Amino acid sequence: MEILTASSVTINYGNVTAVDNASFTVNEGDYFCIAGANGSGKSTLLKGIVGLCPIKSGHLHIHFPKEQISYLSQSNKADRDFPATVWEIILSGTQKSGKTLPFYSKEDKMRAEESMVKLGMEKFRNTRIGNLSGGQQQRALLARALCKSPRLMLLDEPFAGLDSSISEELYSLYRDLNKQGVTIVMASHDYQAIGKYASRVMLMNNSHVDFVGSIEEWRANLWQN
Amino acid sequence: MAELINLLSYPFMTRALVTGTAISFCAALLGVILVLKRYSMIGHGLADVAFCAVSLAVALGLSPAQHIFVTLPVVVAASFVIMSLTRKGGKGDVAIGMVSTGALSLGIIITSLSKGFNVDVYNYMFGSILASSTYDMYLSIVLVVVVLIMFVVFYNRLFLITYDESFAQASGISVNFYQFLISFLTALTIVIGMRIMGTLLISSLIIFPAVTSRRLVRSFRSLVVLSAIVSVVCFLCGLFTSYYLDLPTGASIVGANIIVCVMVTLCTLRKE
Repeated sequence: MEILTASSVTINYGNVTAVDNASFTVNEGDYFCIAGANGSGKSTLLKGIVGLCPIKSGHLHIHFPKEQISYLSQSNKADRDFPATVWEIILSGTQKSGKTLPFYSKEDKMRAEESMVKLGMEKFRNTRIGNLSGGQQQRALLARALCKSPRLMLLDEPFAGLDSSISEELYSLYRDLNKQGVTIVMASHDYQAIGKYASRVMLMNNSHVDFVGSIEEWRANLWQN
Repeated sequence: MAELINLLSYPFMTRALVTGTAISFCAALLGVILVLKRYSMIGHGLADVAFCAVSLAVALGLSPAQHIFVTLPVVVAASFVIMSLTRKGGKGDVAIGMVSTGALSLGIIITSLSKGFNVDVYNYMFGSILASSTYDMYLSIVLVVVVLIMFVVFYNRLFLITYDESFAQASGISVNFYQFLISFLTALTIVIGMRIMGTLLISSLIIFPAVTSRRLVRSFRSLVVLSAIVSVVCFLCGLFTSYYLDLPTGASIVGANIIVCVMVTLCTLRKE
């Protein structure tokens, strides 16, 4: 079942056309990787899907409420020294639009607790986020993203700056989530990992979509080129 | 103690104490967000705009009590312009630099064309313990109430926006609304506080408490609380030092903040 449909989508980043005339679909249960070199338009496309970049032309349709999308940006712009505990960060993932209560509800706290335990972060509950390793920080951010019980997760180069063993561990973690029914859309330039984990792949090159297909087609395509 | 009570019997001292405490408190809370979001120079830019507005008010022949009718709208408008430029182009430092130097030079031109640097303009630039009016005192109390309500009601939102703006926006939270609210309240804090602190020094109330406190805490909540305490304590130390040693008020308060910041930095560096 299609959950995301893009038809001739064009997105500008400043004055530059970062995504040009992109058409593709994402199906429920896909582990959909957007591959491409730096500057090919992967991040901008994800920002367009989530509403952080306006779509200049074309049509992008998400077939369910937007609240069920979780987005993990490329690099958290907050500095490593940010004074916040792991618990504060995970709990903030329960916030939704329109709901401005001064305190978190019992239900919010329970959901955050569940996410924290699921990612094995409970022992770091009161640790300052900056005192964690890169991999642990990613786990904390993933736990935050899971608080929404997302149907679709948009991940923008989630392993940038992490060493290969941690990336491997996190890739498996996303695969497990995917097996539990969460659709994953991930921007990445790690072709080896894409070949290992993705179920469908889209290749972007200079703002254009060069290829969309299954992982088998992708492997055959790579072999031919 | 008797001397302190005697000191507070002077109306100007009571006004300075109430207004300054309120402004230090508000600046510290807003400063936490501005410093963590790296928008702390907005305070400095707005203070320069405030100087320009004061020069205009003096040139128009308005009484000190009427200055706020010029300074408030001008500074609030400037805060919106700076925030829009910062958000649009992502080059906040350039936007602040342009608005700040532009406003300062315009203020100097207006002052030179009118009466020159008289006592009014001088007081606004460097701050004075005598300058705070009853009107400022009441306004500062209202400001404290508004800032406190904002922090209590929107605390969770403010935390999320400060930590990860993209995630907040992707979650459907109106980041623009909160950022403009913070700019508006920062503008109000500067306009009310500049008579005591001076336009050249008011931004220090925004920057120092958050910078000092972040070295000592591990959670955002603790940072908010500790910044407010550090700010108010430094203000009181600076105010009384200024009175007893006959020093300029704004500079004494900044001095107290610098001493605490250096002490905390040295202690935490030693610990590390």
